[in-house]
Formats: sequence, structure tokens, C-alpha cells
Amino acid sequence: MAKIHVKMTVNGREVEGLAEPRTLLIHFLREDLGITGPHIGCDTSHCGACTVDLDGKSVKSCTVFVGQAEGADVTTIEGIAAADGTLHPLQEAFREHHGLQCGFCTPGMITRAHRLLQENPNPSDAEIRMGISGNLCRCTGYQNIVKAIRVAADEINSAREAAE
Amino acid sequence: MNEQSTPTSAERVEKLQGLGSSRKRVEDVRFTQGKGNYVDDIKLPGMLFGDFVRSPYGHARVKKIDAEAALAAPGVLAVITAEDLKPLNLHYMPTLAGDVQAVLADEKVLFQNQEVAFVVAEDRYAAADGVELVEVEYEGLPVVVDAFKAMDDDAPVLREDLEGKTEGAHGPRKHHNHIFHWEVGDQAGTEKALEEADVVVEELITYPRSHPSPIETCGCVASMDKVNGKLTIWGTFQAPHAVRTVASLITNIAEHNIRIVSPDIGGGFGNKVGVYPGYICAAVASIVTGQPVKWIEDKIENLTATAFARDYHMTGKIGATKDGRITALSCNVLADHGAFDACADPTKFPAGFFSICTGSYDIPIAYAGVDGVYTNKAPGGVAYRCSFRVTEAAYMIERMVDVLARKLDMDPAELRTKNLIKKEQFPYTSALGWEYDSGDYQTAMTKALETVGYTALREEQAANRKAFEAGETRSLMGIGVAFFTEIVGAGPVKNCDILGLGMFDSCEIRIHPTGSAIARLGTISQGQGHATTFAQILASEIGIPAEDITIEEGDTDTAPYGLGTYGSRSTPVAGAATAMAGRKIRAKAQMIAAYLLEVHDNDLEWDIDRFQVKGNPERSKTMKEIAFASYNQAIPGLEPGLEAVSYYDPPNMTYPYGAYICVLDVDVDTGVIDVRRFYALDDCGTRINPMIIEGQVHGGLTEALAISMGQEITYDETGNVHGGSLLDFFLPTAVETPVWETDHTETPSPHHPIGAKGVGESPNVGGVPAFSNAVNDAFAHFGLTHTGMPHDHWRVWKTAQGLGLTG
Ligand code: FES
Ligand code: FES
Repeated sequence: MAKIHVKMTVNGREVEGLAEPRTLLIHFLREDLGITGPHIGCDTSHCGACTVDLDGKSVKSCTVFVGQAEGADVTTIEGIAAADGTLHPLQEAFREHHGLQCGFCTPGMITRAHRLLQENPNPSDAEIRMGISGNLCRCTGYQNIVKAIRVAADEINSAREAAE
Repeated sequence: MNEQSTPTSAERVEKLQGLGSSRKRVEDVRFTQGKGNYVDDIKLPGMLFGDFVRSPYGHARVKKIDAEAALAAPGVLAVITAEDLKPLNLHYMPTLAGDVQAVLADEKVLFQNQEVAFVVAEDRYAAADGVELVEVEYEGLPVVVDAFKAMDDDAPVLREDLEGKTEGAHGPRKHHNHIFHWEVGDQAGTEKALEEADVVVEELITYPRSHPSPIETCGCVASMDKVNGKLTIWGTFQAPHAVRTVASLITNIAEHNIRIVSPDIGGGFGNKVGVYPGYICAAVASIVTGQPVKWIEDKIENLTATAFARDYHMTGKIGATKDGRITALSCNVLADHGAFDACADPTKFPAGFFSICTGSYDIPIAYAGVDGVYTNKAPGGVAYRCSFRVTEAAYMIERMVDVLARKLDMDPAELRTKNLIKKEQFPYTSALGWEYDSGDYQTAMTKALETVGYTALREEQAANRKAFEAGETRSLMGIGVAFFTEIVGAGPVKNCDILGLGMFDSCEIRIHPTGSAIARLGTISQGQGHATTFAQILASEIGIPAEDITIEEGDTDTAPYGLGTYGSRSTPVAGAATAMAGRKIRAKAQMIAAYLLEVHDNDLEWDIDRFQVKGNPERSKTMKEIAFASYNQAIPGLEPGLEAVSYYDPPNMTYPYGAYICVLDVDVDTGVIDVRRFYALDDCGTRINPMIIEGQVHGGLTEALAISMGQEITYDETGNVHGGSLLDFFLPTAVETPVWETDHTETPSPHHPIGAKGVGESPNVGGVPAFSNAVNDAFAHFGLTHTGMPHDHWRVWKTAQGLGLTG
């Protein structure tokens, strides 16, 4: 199959490559770019393990053709921590509050939560639950994930207030 | 020594982060940054990809397989069929249950989505193209999808390969679709006791077919290195050593030339215990092509072809006195095992530990009989987040006790209390032969009832029922109580083995010169946090801080032999091995310390992280100092170094238990259920890491919610599988999942070195009956005795309609 040339920014780095037009973004990320943080958990767009940020929106990258990401700005779990390696408050809070077990859903979950907190910096528990309802976790029962996101939100908010 | 700088005992204990500490998980540093290493993340030079052609039929003859078009497609390198495997004698593989399973369909397919051919291509897209292009000609055959009809005289013969075999792995087969009959207990005596009982209740309780469904599916990368003759398989294996031994037996490759590695595993819940055709095909393809071959199933394949769970039809019968003393229990089970008996049970237990079905109650006489049958469904029968068939047993007895309570017009909690095994009866031998190690059931029950305010809840329910009758509300309140006993930690080698491999487990410890350590185990974490908790066990045993101990699992070239992680066996078995190996280290350390301090061994005592001279604690040697000495001193009569290994054969199982209470509201017009409250009290013996225990309970309860409220895999009359994708198969999101309340009591196991019993599976075992009892309870006053799972909206609405409650 003829290949197309694609170019995009992934985690702040310009990347390009050749791919069959039918290639899914998740496969391009994982197999061509070696970015294996986002995972594949289903074939019906249900699990959210593949969640990445695409031009400021959470997307399930198993449901996006690589061509649709042409020129886009993509952030994966690998791009969530600060450039100097300092973990994002969400990453800290997931660990602190035991928001993960097998870790398979975690990259998608944190990436989604990261976007959620930009959409709604101060969500209620119910809003957090709704906000991550596109991401399935089989291990944690969500309770500690919700807690971790709330704690991270508080932390981000107080850091912002302190800075203002 | 400077007084101020000497840490206090409390500080030293704190620093160890040993038993009882809610230590943060070491695994999470990687996982939260996307730096896990799961099987699909593995990429080797020249790696190929394999994908299956699967049967669209539930039962059909395979007339012809034409691979020509597929082989002509770009990127497709090979198409493997049963004919190619026959000369290698690999077209069938042994199952864990003593049966065989077709690796690739041999002349016949027996369930929808069965593996028919394996396409090997340069990448996963080309492999998928190849799969589309393989032409298979089938001739449909009549299917058996109803287990109750499997043994009809005129039922079609499913397993032609077993023709004429009247003896199976577990005794005589009485029909061509019969697998085994297994029974335990006193059948005649039980029947007599039931006849003589004041009251008898009987009910068919079905536990529907479900699936563990971790977010990561099964898969592997097989790599045959032709130069040194070594086959390495990285894969989603809950029991890597057992896989190595099985792989060696079926391929005739010497065991030392096979290396099995379980990398990070994205959840297992029983799904990753079995050996699947994909593993064999990937290995064969790598041997044939000389290149590494990856096989990763997709979710639909996962749900429809690897490792279903449950599918038990249980007819329970309880006899009791008028005042509610249970006098006898019998249970006959029809077990639907699908097309091949691939249950992952210890070999001598074809129905697992189902005979734990007398539950938490002191029942004087009992009988359990199980018949397994073949049907045109996927093989499996794994323990989905429970010990072998324990959740089935707990569901049956906990539902039956509620049915009895209705009959006696007694409160279900009161009836339970009346029959609970008493504290002074432990160790308690059940009527079906298990020796329960320890328990204080009454304390747990009382604490649970008091914490939720049980009496007030029942009063509120009475008011709700009145209001419903008066037409003031359309919602019914249900309260579900369950008191479960698990049996985990398989198990004693004298009666527990898998394919002849005793179910011990192991730990090997090496202390480094500067006082840090590495421990390797025969188990493998799939999210349980072994790297965190096993280091805690060891920290308390040998006085080295948990953060200075590396835990390594899953590589058969380096880890000591063990039977893996499932059935909540890691803590009871490998956890015990860890403690015992730690004690060997400490014993040698004591001799070294004695030499260094120039005293007799017996003059020393252990204190947190050091040996000190009795009566003179100032004179001491820390573990760190001892470790260094073991490498740099020539101590007479002692070998250098500080290492130990322990293979632990548990003397008994462990018996965690708990009291769960669920409160929910049912909207009779829509069937929608709102779980208002769920309280779970667990007693798992000594608590290693409370944070992790709580997390395990949350997760297990959420799986219990999924099973009781929505999960079901069914087959239509032509053998089509329903519920085989996430479109239909219920995995709760954060929105449906309620907030869990957890609590505990702590009754250590007397035979476990640190008293721990294991917890990961309790919440599934206890959660399912608590939910189901609550739904049934909501309708109980209308005369409902039993409505089955899953309690999805439609079924609940049907129940309400059947009782004449809908508008
Ligand atoms: S892989 Fe499941 S939603 Fe993308
Ligand atoms: S941590 Fe295992 S699926 Fe979420």
C-alpha cells in the first residue's frame, strides 16, 4: 500500500514518518516512534488506554488515522512531566494515593486527567468520575484515581494562587 | 557514640517500612511516566507478527483451507494450519485440566472464534490482510449450547478425538459429552438429614459465564535463537515456570533451552494462567522462520477465545430446624466447560475448591457433586479473581442462606449469626473436609452490622415498603448481607499440583556487601505490587530497609522455580517463602555477629535491624555491618557471602473471610439500580500493606459489581457468541462504580510464618453475593425467592414485571 508522509509534534518534538494511510495514530506512536506509554486495550474505542492529547483535546488514538494528526500537536504520557524530569502533580498524586495497580490504564488515565483539569480546574468528584468515564480501569475501582485527581487539582490550584 | 544521633527503636522500625506500613509502591515511578514494559512494548530486530483465522461457526467440519491468496499478499510470509503442526505433534496441546486442546482446528471447529490458521506477516496490518484472504470451507454441524442438553442421548458428538474414551482425566465418562463426575461428602447421610429436617429449601442458582477481561489482553513474543538453540518467550504469563515446563514437554526442547519471561502484566485476574494456542503458534512460527514472532490478541479475541470463567449451574438444597439451625447441605452442579476442558485448577480438583461451599457455617453434614460437560463454547474455566471455583461456592451458599431466611421468615443476618462457626471451634474441620485455620466470625459480623446501622436500615426498609404500597414511591430498598470464607494459598504439595508440579513457591535472597539486597521469587505481579510488599516482608525479617531491597520476578532463567500468581497464592505461599528465606539469612547473620562481637550465638538477640548482646544492647552489629563482614572476613566454619533460598510447601491453605453489606435502591419502572452504600469488612490475617489491601478490595468489589450487575457471555442457538466485545460486555466506568467503605479485623493465620492470608480475591468472592442478595432482598416481600445474575436493568425490570409491580 502506498505510504503517506506525515509530520507532527509529539511531546514538543517535531517528528515525521512514512505510513500507510490506514495506520492508526496509536500504532504510529508505538511502533514507528517507539512511544509505548499509551497502550492498546480494546478494538471498539471503549477502554481509553490509548488516550493522548491532540491539539488540546483528549482523543483515543486507536480511533484516529495517522493522517488526521498531520501537523497536530500531540502529547502522550511521556510528555506530561516537566522538561527537567519533575513529575507532574498528577503523576505524584497517583503514586501517593495508590491510583494505579497494574499500570496499564494509567498512561491514558493520567493523560485524560491532565486535560480534564485544564477543562475544569476545580472539578467535583462527580465531575471527575464523568470526566474519566471514557477510561476503563479493571484494578483500582476508581476510588483512589478520583482521590488522586482531586488532590492534584488542589495542588495545581494552590500553586497557581501562590504564583498570582 | 553521640546520644542524639542514635535513632530510637520507633525510628528504626519506621525506616524499614516493613510489615504494616502503607509504603508507597516502587512500581509506580515507572508506570506513571509511561515507562512500563508490557509485552506489546517489546520490539526485536526482524520481528514478525502473527494473527489468527478464526471460525465463524460454533460447530463445523473444516473441509478445506486455501491459503494461496493470503500467501500472495504483500508482507505475508506463512500460513500455518493443523496439517503443518501434525508432523511436530503440536496440533493438540495438553490443558491444565488433563484434557487436550486443539492448537489449530483439526478437521473440525468446536466454538465460534476457534483458532483455524495462523498467518505470519511482516507487521500486524499485513497479518490482518492475510487473515482476510485465507479461504476456509466449512460444513455446519448441529451445536450444543445448553449444558442441560449436552448429555441428551441424541446430543451431537463434540469431541470426536475422544471417541471411545470412557475414562477421562478424572474418572469415568458416562456420555460422549461428559468430562467428569467429582463428588465429596456423605451423599446418603445428607439426603437422610434433609428428609428429617423441619424445613428444606431448594433452588437452582446459576452463575453465568463471565470473563476476567484485564485491560491488557494476552500475547507473547517468541524468539528462537537458532545459533545457540535457545527459545525465549516473553508473554503474559501468570505462571512462567509452569509454562516453561509445559513448553519443554510438548516441544521436546530441553527445559534449560527455554526461557520464559513475564514482563509487566496489565492485569490478569485469572485470564493469564492458561496456555493458549497463540503462544504455541508464535513459537512454532519463530522456529520455522528463524525470526522473532509477536502475537497479541485483540479484545474480541480475548473475550471470545481465551479463558472464560464460571458457567456453573448449581442446585443447592439446605435443611434446617424450625428455629434456623442448618442441619444439612447438598449441592449438585452442572459445569459447562466449553469445547475443551482447560480449567486452571490443581490437577486433583476438577471442580477446584468448590467443596468450600459449606461457607462460614457450622453445617454437620454435606455433599457436593459436580459434573462437567462439553459444549460448543470457548474453553477456559479460570478462577476470575478468586481461588478455584470458590466464588461459585460462596455465591451458592450465600444465596441459599437468604432463600432459607425467607422460608423461615427470619432476618438473613440473624440466620447467619446463628450458624456461623464459633471462634472456639477453630481450627475447624468442615463437613466436606477442609481445615479452616483461624477465624473470629462473630466479631466481624457484629462489627459490620453495627457500623452500617443494620437495625435502622431494616426499619428504613420497612418504611420504604409501606410507602411503596401506598404509591408514594416507585423505588424499593434492598439490603444484601454476605459472610464469606475464602480458601486460598494453594497449596500443600501432598494434595495440590498442576500437571504434577507441586504447588509450593520460592524465594531466593542475596545480600550485597554494602547491605542492600535482591530477592527473586517464583511468582509474578500483575498489579498486586509485589515489588513493594515482598520487600516489606523481608525488611521486617532481616532489618534491611524495604527501599534497599530489589524484588525480581518472572524470568525463569533467574527466578527460583515457583507456580506463579493466581488464587491469592502469592502472599500465603511465596510470601511465606520470603519470610523463611529471610530467617535463614538472619540465622547466618547471627553467627557472623557472634564472631564479630566475640560472644556465643545464644548470647545475642535480634532487635529490629541488628543483633545485640543480651543485657548489653550497646554492643551490637547492624545487618549492614554483618553484610559487609560476610564478604570481607574469613570466619572459621562459615562460608563467605550471605544468601539463602527457601522453597515453601504450605502445611495448609489459608482462609480469609469477611462480612459485606450492600444497600441499594431499585427503580421498578426502569430496573435501574442505585448502589447507595457498600461496606466491606475483610479479615486477611496479618496486614502487610494496608494501602495496597484497601486498593485490592476496591478493585475486587468493582469486579464484583461488574459480574453481578452486567457481565454475561451467552451463545445463541446457532452457537454465535454474544457479549464478546466491550460493546456488550460490561466493564463499569467510574460513573457506575460506587464509593466503597472498607474495614477490617485481623486474625492471623496460625500456620503462616507471618500470619498473612491473602486478600486480592476476597472482595470478588464476597461482593457478588452481597450485591445479588441486595437485589433479591428488594423484592423479597413480594414472595421472590431467587432471581439470577446479572442484575442488569432489563432483567431487574423483568423481575418487577413478573411480580406485577410495573405500571
Ligand atoms: S485502545 Fe481501547 S479505546 Fe483505544
Ligand atoms: S491499574 Fe490496572 S487497569 Fe487500571
